[in-house]
Amino acid sequence: MSRADVRGEPVREAEATAPGTVAVPGAVRRPSPLWSLGLLRSELLITFRRWRTLALLAVLAAVPILVGIAVKIETSDGSSLGGGGGGGEGPAFISQISNNGLFLVFTALAATLPFFLPMAIGVVAGDAIAGESSAGTLRYLLVAPAGRSRLLLTKYATVLAFCLAATLVVAVSALAVGALLFPVGDLVTISGTRITYAEGLGRALLIALVVAASLVGVAALGLFVSTLTGSGIAAMATTVGLLITVQILDQIPQLDALQPYFFSHYWLSFADLMREPVYWDDLVKNLGLQALYAAVFGSAAWARFTTRDITA
Amino acid sequence: MAPIDSDDNRTAGEGEELRAGRRKAARYVVPVAVMGVAAATIGLVPALADSGDPDLPKVTAEQLIEKIAKSDVQQMSGTVRINTDLGLPDLGGLESGLMSGMSAGPGAGGDGEGSAADPSAKLTELVSGSHTLRVAADGPDRQKLSLLENAAEYSLIHNGDDLWGYDSESNEVYHSTASGGDGRPEKDAPEKDVPATPKDFAEQALKAVDDTTSVTVGGTAQVAGRDAYRLVVEPKQDGSTVGAITVAVDAETGTPLKFTLTPASGGAAVVDVGFTEVSFAKPDASTFDFTPPAGAKVTEGDASAEAPEHGRPAEGGPAEGLDGLEVIGEGWNAIATFDTGARGGLPTASPDGDLGALGGFLGSFGDQVKGDFGSGTVFKTRLVNALITDDGKVYAGAVTKDALVKAAEAAR
Repeated sequence: MSRADVRGEPVREAEATAPGTVAVPGAVRRPSPLWSLGLLRSELLITFRRWRTLALLAVLAAVPILVGIAVKIETSDGSSLGGGGGGGEGPAFISQISNNGLFLVFTALAATLPFFLPMAIGVVAGDAIAGESSAGTLRYLLVAPAGRSRLLLTKYATVLAFCLAATLVVAVSALAVGALLFPVGDLVTISGTRITYAEGLGRALLIALVVAASLVGVAALGLFVSTLTGSGIAAMATTVGLLITVQILDQIPQLDALQPYFFSHYWLSFADLMREPVYWDDLVKNLGLQALYAAVFGSAAWARFTTRDITA
Repeated sequence: MAPIDSDDNRTAGEGEELRAGRRKAARYVVPVAVMGVAAATIGLVPALADSGDPDLPKVTAEQLIEKIAKSDVQQMSGTVRINTDLGLPDLGGLESGLMSGMSAGPGAGGDGEGSAADPSAKLTELVSGSHTLRVAADGPDRQKLSLLENAAEYSLIHNGDDLWGYDSESNEVYHSTASGGDGRPEKDAPEKDVPATPKDFAEQALKAVDDTTSVTVGGTAQVAGRDAYRLVVEPKQDGSTVGAITVAVDAETGTPLKFTLTPASGGAAVVDVGFTEVSFAKPDASTFDFTPPAGAKVTEGDASAEAPEHGRPAEGGPAEGLDGLEVIGEGWNAIATFDTGARGGLPTASPDGDLGALGGFLGSFGDQVKGDFGSGTVFKTRLVNALITDDGKVYAGAVTKDALVKAAEAAR
């Protein structure tokens, strides 16, 4: 009978509680905040030292390189991309790359946001709890006086850190490739006004942060799925499957009443930051929706994880 | 060892077990509550934000129309939302492709293919669907109109003598210079081709005001955070498909802020154009500055030659057979009629003709009608109906099917 050994509540609290009474979580437990930071640090180190994580980041970094080289080859004879008139081909901003390398950042983010980025997040988030469970290490993690809520929060913080890191990897790789292959300088916003390169860099950073924030919802969803199962692979597959399903449903016109509530619906609104003045409506909707997903699935994950029997 | 976790306490009594179970279930209340609160917020906030109609001094319809006419707003900027639902069959991209193809033809001025940045091609897209526009104006010489698209934008910038069209998606630029004259109306003609702001629509509607129309003040409303009067324009005659036109007029400046056209058949508005955000401050001067970005393809257009041309796609092929466009009736029930000259005119009307299959296809969009005039096909949208008779006459107007049939019978 292993369940009595593995509990969500810290040992100290349990010893202080008289037998038979219901423990009030958080009433007695006060591990130092530094301890939580230590837990977070060790989680971060474990995550970012994994070969799998590094491979995911390498794939993400390769996307802007491939896009950059493809555009360079396509436009090497001096022609503009797409041959004019057409438009609508390829990811957003792609026609501008050959004129200003900074646009590669926006194109790379627009190209990776629908699939590559959330897939990487799905893998890391899906693995967060279920991976420990299937490796048999979750019970040992819980022996430490952390508490299940705290452990869950640390796991979520680690996934969010990965969201930010993954987005920045794409952005920095695109920035470097763009500066190497294409001219840089003042750029023209999509509203036709001109901004300096420094301001363009500032907007690129802002866009990277918005893209990272757009992944908060998927991260929470993945974490919830991760608490449901004891198999890391199953959790990753479910999260990525849900991601693809939602993206497909978002394309079906008959569902337009539901679509504003899909976490991916406003993802490409980050491009609104390139308007002058910035068009905030969809950006705000996107961030609000991500916060809602984080709250709903985060609390669902908490409800599940703190009441579940941990046997492995 | 003492029972150390109440959740897993097997040694406690039955009541303890039940309480633990309840506590487990209670945790799931949190996500459900979060969802509930979110749903309630989404549902209630718009209702609460709609803080009732503002209290404004009473005005008559005449005073309000005068206010619109006297309104002299030179500087403004804002965001406009346009929804049009004409009830056309949804042809998706084909529809706008056809439309832009039609109007881009003459506008492109003979350089083979039209530029993606050609204003006439772009603005025709506004005819259907739902769009967000940004407008900015600073006096008669500086205006900007931007059509917000997915991760792209089409901007039309009028600054002094220059008219620029910039399509950020294809990175193409359209440029024309006004030939001579200062402040001539045709300079900004391309912008006026397709009405885009509530003001443009309101002006069109008020042109139609005569004795066949009832104009009333229908209370007040809040539009884009500003207090406004509602001017309600309704046709007095029967037979019009127009139910009512509502124009929300800014109480302070007299600028029309919202224009809504509801059909007589009820349902959603056919045209709904309104500011979602408006400011009467002077827009930033840099808004109107435009220099083509490096590497952009620039198409030069000739404004003076183009202005009269591209409003009238009728000069091209399909409508060439038009002779003598006549208007029957007056006011809201005016029906335009013309003879296509071709007996058995459209293939729709002669399903047994050599274009039988196509005729059947087109005919399926319309209703067959018979009367003293012979027989024909009525094509219906939510606003405009058209009757094409078998002897090649076309009757079209914002009137009901019965009114069209009556007009056709009267014309015999």
